[in-house]
Amino acid sequence: MLSLPIREVLKHLKEGKITARDLIELCLKRSEKVKELNIFVTETGELARQQADDSSNRLKSGNEIGPLEGIPIGFKDNFCSNGIRTSCGSRMLANFIPPYHATMIEKTLNNGGVLLGKTNMDEFAMGAGSVDSASGPVRNPWKYKFKSRRHKNNQSEDSKGHVTDKEDDDWLITGGSSGGSAAAVASGVCFGAFGSDTGGSTRIPASFCGVTGLKPSYGRLSRHGLIPLVNSMDVPGIIGKTTEDVATILNCVSGLDLKDSTTLPGSYQPVNLQESIDVKKLHIGIPKEYHAPDTTEDVITTWGQIADMLDNAGAKVSQVSLPYTQYSIKVYSVLCCCEVASNMARYDGIEFGYRGTNEQSTEEMFASSRHHGFNDVVRGRIMAGNYFLLKENYERYFIQAQKIRRLISEDFQKVFKSGVNMLVTPTTINPALPYRYFMEEDNQTRCSQLDVFTQPSNLAGIPALTLPVSLSTDQLPIGIQILAPHLHDDKVLLLGNWIEQQVNFPFLNLDCLDEGV
Amino acid sequence: MKPFSNLQYAVTASRLANAVINRRELHKSIPPAPTWKLHDKSKFPQVKEITKKQVDQLERLGLVELNNEEGIKSLSEAIESANGLYVVETSTVKPLDTVLETMPLYLRVDEMNDGNCKKDVLKNAAKVEEDYFVAPPGNIPLKSTDKG
Repeated sequence: MLSLPIREVLKHLKEGKITARDLIELCLKRSEKVKELNIFVTETGELARQQADDSSNRLKSGNEIGPLEGIPIGFKDNFCSNGIRTSCGSRMLANFIPPYHATMIEKTLNNGGVLLGKTNMDEFAMGAGSVDSASGPVRNPWKYKFKSRRHKNNQSEDSKGHVTDKEDDDWLITGGSSGGSAAAVASGVCFGAFGSDTGGSTRIPASFCGVTGLKPSYGRLSRHGLIPLVNSMDVPGIIGKTTEDVATILNCVSGLDLKDSTTLPGSYQPVNLQESIDVKKLHIGIPKEYHAPDTTEDVITTWGQIADMLDNAGAKVSQVSLPYTQYSIKVYSVLCCCEVASNMARYDGIEFGYRGTNEQSTEEMFASSRHHGFNDVVRGRIMAGNYFLLKENYERYFIQAQKIRRLISEDFQKVFKSGVNMLVTPTTINPALPYRYFMEEDNQTRCSQLDVFTQPSNLAGIPALTLPVSLSTDQLPIGIQILAPHLHDDKVLLLGNWIEQQVNFPFLNLDCLDEGV
Repeated sequence: MKPFSNLQYAVTASRLANAVINRRELHKSIPPAPTWKLHDKSKFPQVKEITKKQVDQLERLGLVELNNEEGIKSLSEAIESANGLYVVETSTVKPLDTVLETMPLYLRVDEMNDGNCKKDVLKNAAKVEEDYFVAPPGNIPLKSTDKG
C-alpha cells in the first residue's frame, strides 16, 4: 500500500478497500519503523488522525472529493503551520507556533490532503546535506541498516529519534536541504511532501533518495508562509515517488495567491499526463557546461544513456552551450548571502523566536539572541552578505552578481529561442555521499559542489524536474534533470513521465520492515 | 536488500572524478571531459586581510559574532570565491533583481483586510507587558564581546 502511486491509493479509498484512518495508521507505523532516519522535527499524528477521520466522512458521504482526499503529505519545517511548531531546523524558532497556515498547506488540506508532520531540514534551509539541523542530521533510507533488521530479537529502546551517537555514522546523507521530505517519500512514510528550493534544496535530496522532485517556475506557487531564505529565488518544491504524483499535487496548489504578490495572475492550466508527448518532435539540448569538474563517471554515463534513449526515440538531441554556467554557483553564493543578511534581520528575539538572556541593551539582547539562536552556517552567511553589501563592496560583489545573473538567465532564453524545447542534464555531480565523508568539508564547500547543476535554474526562475533513472555501480539512485522555459512546468513533467516509463526505476521498498516485528 | 558493508565507493568516486571518459558509446552530444574554462587564479584580486575594524563593523551590522578564526577563515573563503566573478565582462549589462521583471503582477487595493489578531501576534513573544512587546534600553551601542 505504501509504495502505490497516489492515483491507486485514491482508488482504494474511494472503493472503501481501506479507510483514510487505516491509511494514516499505516503511515504512522512506517514512520515509527524508520524513526532512526530522523525524518520529522514534529510529527502531527493526532491531528493527522483527526484529519483522516474527516476525510473518511467525506469519502463516505459520496460527495465530490478532492484529488488528495485522505492522502498523507509531509511538509518541510519551514512552511508555517497553524498551531503547529515551525522550527525551520533552528534553535531560533524552536518554540515558534505560527497563527496561520502557509498557502501550500492551506491548499493541500483544502484538496483533502492529510498533514502528517513537519520534516527535518538544514537550519533555515542553508545546506545541501540535511546534516546541519538543530534536530540532528537526516539519514538516507537507501542501504540503511535499520536496527530492527540488525537485532531483530533484542531491539534496544535507546533511539529517541535524534542522532547523537558519533560512532554511529555509517550511513548516507539524504542531500539537502529538504532531506526529511525526500526521505519520507522514499521510505513510504507519506505519498508526497513539500520541500523548498532556492538553489537545489528539493532536487538534490530527491535525487539522492531516488524519488522525483520538482522546482516549479518562480511565480507559479505561493511563498506565503514559507520562511524566506532568498526571496528572489525561493520556490516551494514538490516531492513524490513519480511524475504523476508530483503533477497531481502541483495541480492542487498552483496559481495566484493574493497573499504573495510574486505569484502570477492568469488562470492555471492543470498538467495532464494522459496527454502523450511526441518525442519525435522534440529538440533536446545537452548543455556542455554541465560536465563540470568532479562529475563522477556513473553520472556522465547515465546522462549519455538518457541522451541515447531520446535520440533512439526520434528526438533531435544536440549539444548546446550555456557559457555563463560555470560562474553561476559564485553568483548564487553572493546573492544568497546578501538576501540572507537582510532576511535574517527579523530574528531579534522581541516579537518571536529565541530571546537571549543579555538584557543590558537592545543591541546586546539582539546579539545574544542571534548568537545562541543561529548555527555557524547561518552566522557565516550573514557576515559574508553584510561584507558584500558594504558601501565599498556593493558594486563589486552584489551588483556584479546581479549582472551575471542576467547573463545566466539570458543563456537559457537564447538556447530556448534557438528552437531547443528542453534541456537534459545531471542533477548532481555524484550520488548520495556517506555522512562520514561528507563531514570532511564545511557547509560552504559542500554547497558549492552539490548545487552546481541545480542553482542556475533558480537564478533564471525556470522549472526543473529531477527523476531517478538508474542505479550507480554502488547501487545508489542517480537522478536526471529536465529544464524548460519559464512557466512550462507541464513540459518537464511530460518528458519526465515519458523517461520514467522507459527506465522502470527500482524504487526503494521498505515493506520488509513491517514483517514479523 | 544487500547490507551496506563499507564506504569504499566514496573513494572510488573521487578517484574517477575528472577522468576523461573514453566510452565509445557515450552519446555524441555529451562532452567526454569537463568543459569549464580554467582561469588563472593568481590574476584574481587578492583577498585582503580582514582587519579588526572590519570585523567590528560587520559584527555591529549583523549583530552576530565572528568570534573565532574559523569564522574569519570562512569569510575569507567566501570573498575569495566571489572574487572569481571579476573575470566576467559586464559593463553593458543591467543587474537582474527579479525574474518576473517583464511580467505584470497583481497589486491589491491598499485597504486593510485583516486584523483583530492581537492575541496571535503577541503569543510568540518571550516577554510582553500589557499588550506591548518588551525590549531592553535602546540607544546603547554594542560594546562587549561577551556572548551573553
